[in-house]
Amino acid sequence: MSTPTTTARHPKLQAHFYTMEQQLEASTLGMWVFLVTEVMFFGGLFMAYIVYRHMYPHAWIEASHELDWRLGGLNTAVLIVSSLTMALAVRAAMIGNKGQQVLTLLLTMALGTVFLVVKFFEYKAKFAHHLVPGPHFDASLEQGMQIFFSLYFMMTGIHAAHMIIGLGIMTYIVINAAKGTYNAEYYAPVEVAGLYWHFVDIVWIFLFPLLYLLGRHAGA
Amino acid sequence: MSNEAAVQEPSYLGAPHGLASWLLTKDHKRIAILYLISVTIFFAVGGTFAAMIRTELLTPQGDLLTSDLYNKVFTLHGVIMIFFFLIPSIPATLGNFLVPIMIGTKDLAFPRINLLSWYIYVLGATITLAAVFNGGVDTGWTFYAPYSSLSSNTSVTTAALGVFITGFSSILTGFNFIVTIHRMRAPGMTWFRLPLFIWAQYATSLVMILGTPVVAITVLMIAAERTLHLGIFDPKLGGDPVLFQHLFWFYSHPAVYIMILPAMGVVSELVAAMSRKQIFGYSFVAFSSLAIAIIGFLVWGHHLFVSSQSIYAGLVFSIITMLVAVPSAVKTFNWTATMYKGAISWESPTFWIFGFMGLFLVGGLTGLFLGAMGLDVHLTDTYFVVAHFHYIMVGGGVMGFLGGLHFWWPKITGRMYNETAGKIAAMLVFFGFNATFFPQFIVGYMGMPRRYHAYPPEFQFFNIMSSAGAALLGIGYLMIVVYLVYSIVKGPKAPANPWGATGLEWEIQSPPITHNFHEMPIVTKEAYDYQHAPMPQREVK
Repeated sequence: MSTPTTTARHPKLQAHFYTMEQQLEASTLGMWVFLVTEVMFFGGLFMAYIVYRHMYPHAWIEASHELDWRLGGLNTAVLIVSSLTMALAVRAAMIGNKGQQVLTLLLTMALGTVFLVVKFFEYKAKFAHHLVPGPHFDASLEQGMQIFFSLYFMMTGIHAAHMIIGLGIMTYIVINAAKGTYNAEYYAPVEVAGLYWHFVDIVWIFLFPLLYLLGRHAGA
Repeated sequence: MSNEAAVQEPSYLGAPHGLASWLLTKDHKRIAILYLISVTIFFAVGGTFAAMIRTELLTPQGDLLTSDLYNKVFTLHGVIMIFFFLIPSIPATLGNFLVPIMIGTKDLAFPRINLLSWYIYVLGATITLAAVFNGGVDTGWTFYAPYSSLSSNTSVTTAALGVFITGFSSILTGFNFIVTIHRMRAPGMTWFRLPLFIWAQYATSLVMILGTPVVAITVLMIAAERTLHLGIFDPKLGGDPVLFQHLFWFYSHPAVYIMILPAMGVVSELVAAMSRKQIFGYSFVAFSSLAIAIIGFLVWGHHLFVSSQSIYAGLVFSIITMLVAVPSAVKTFNWTATMYKGAISWESPTFWIFGFMGLFLVGGLTGLFLGAMGLDVHLTDTYFVVAHFHYIMVGGGVMGFLGGLHFWWPKITGRMYNETAGKIAAMLVFFGFNATFFPQFIVGYMGMPRRYHAYPPEFQFFNIMSSAGAALLGIGYLMIVVYLVYSIVKGPKAPANPWGATGLEWEIQSPPITHNFHEMPIVTKEAYDYQHAPMPQREVK
């Protein structure tokens, strides 16, 4: 690691910032503000979810039973572990440990990929069972179930799109981590990517019970 | 010139040269110029549609445009004016230019994202224009389901996609301002020393980041319903079209504050500068911006008084709507109190702010009529509503934008425009605007519904007045383009501080250097310290 002097500007310090601290603070605040917009973005879908679940309580339990809670649960576990490896990656960047950064980032990406593969097989099963909204939807099902599946595909689809974008960001970060870009003075990109990844995980933590676990409490 | 250039660093306009240096710029001032050019183009496009509407309405018969074409024309007028002109108008041009300078820093926190926001705007605008040429769109700018999602066979998906994409440019602008205002202020620039324009931009940014994502997901749901046959608002599947209206207005009512709050910020600056007085009640004006932003999120239900919303919900929304008038009135009173016993100078920016206050007052007070639930049942979907929101969005938003443009034009371009032309244009716009829209209050109250290309003959007198006023308004706007462009070519050079105004932007050269300041400014004074401000000086020494 290089030793900072008061006069020399860090090569990663952009021209319009005065100090590395200011740059880091701006980046992290920026990501938090962005995540607020994401909360509002998903918020619209959650609002629709609340309204329709209130309108069709029984149909939603029926529809929820068509989802495989084991696969959903597996994916929840996968994402929680990936959040752990991501947190470790940020820690590794802060102490400038290159090998550990690359390892934990690759693990995070692998877990993210596992999630998407499981999701792919779940979607595939929905096509086979005529549960995809549209002209092929099983018309014998109760009123309201099609709206459930519309929201299911919209919510999990947009979530999956966020995962794919996340994997793209991780690819960029892991390449730079392998070059040894990040250290105690400059780790803002890893930190910010981590915030994004945790957010995408948290969205899933809400989606899983709301979509998979309706009416599954004891005695139901 | 050569002598000056030797001692001065070249301005942001001069260095470096070439088209690529503009299209790839990360300088907030150049991005502001890019935005200024694009929003002006879209104002002209939206204005053309308005001209078509006013020409059709000259006669009671629907003789010029068929009803289908008329539907498309007013839809495109609304979509383009709101999403591609009014929302970016002040934040992305004056805001982009002034926010970093006013708080004493070199650029916004994320210059590349700032440039990206302009490209996203251009992409969204291009897609929307593609919808115009691909059969247009006829849902009204509100895209109400289920007509938009199931019935309309026009290019709704394309237009919705354009609006969706452009929304992100607005989100990125707001996001950039919030981080910049929090993290980049110069030493000594405390929150309560910030110019009120910054407070207004901050409040606007809050609305942008909290509201825009909701309309983004809403139009995405419409697009998904049309293309992927997902059933979300479809009544056949048990869906609820009113849910669309709730989600849409949750953004689109606060969006009105995206248009008016920055204009209020401009007026706060101009009132102080043009009456050479400390602003009256600084903290009240500052907090009223935040109050408008917050309360503005709780009033959307007043768009649904007749859409099967429960009467109790309507009652609550009606009361909160009255409440939002309070901070607006606080501002208006404080501006008036600032001018009281001030040394008011009759420059062209003064004309614009007087115009703003007159029109905003009428627009705001007629808003109370519409917020009153009982009266609104009578006035819903009449020209009264059309007149009301034009008074706010054009009378307030556009007058504020033009006032700000005239005030900061010498700083942005380094040139002075013709003062007399500026005053004449302000008068033309003010009187043309009133002639256009005041008659609409009357025909609206008499019961003329909006969005029809034909109307009963007894309304013709008012409609002719309206169309004549629109012509005057159009001439006023064209005149501004002419003399402002002329000033760039032939106008006299502007000094650093032509109005004798306070604020960091007037302490640096006109036009500024790329990094704004030669060295980091240190702020020791309160805002609007007009007791110690320099006197106006119009010529370069």
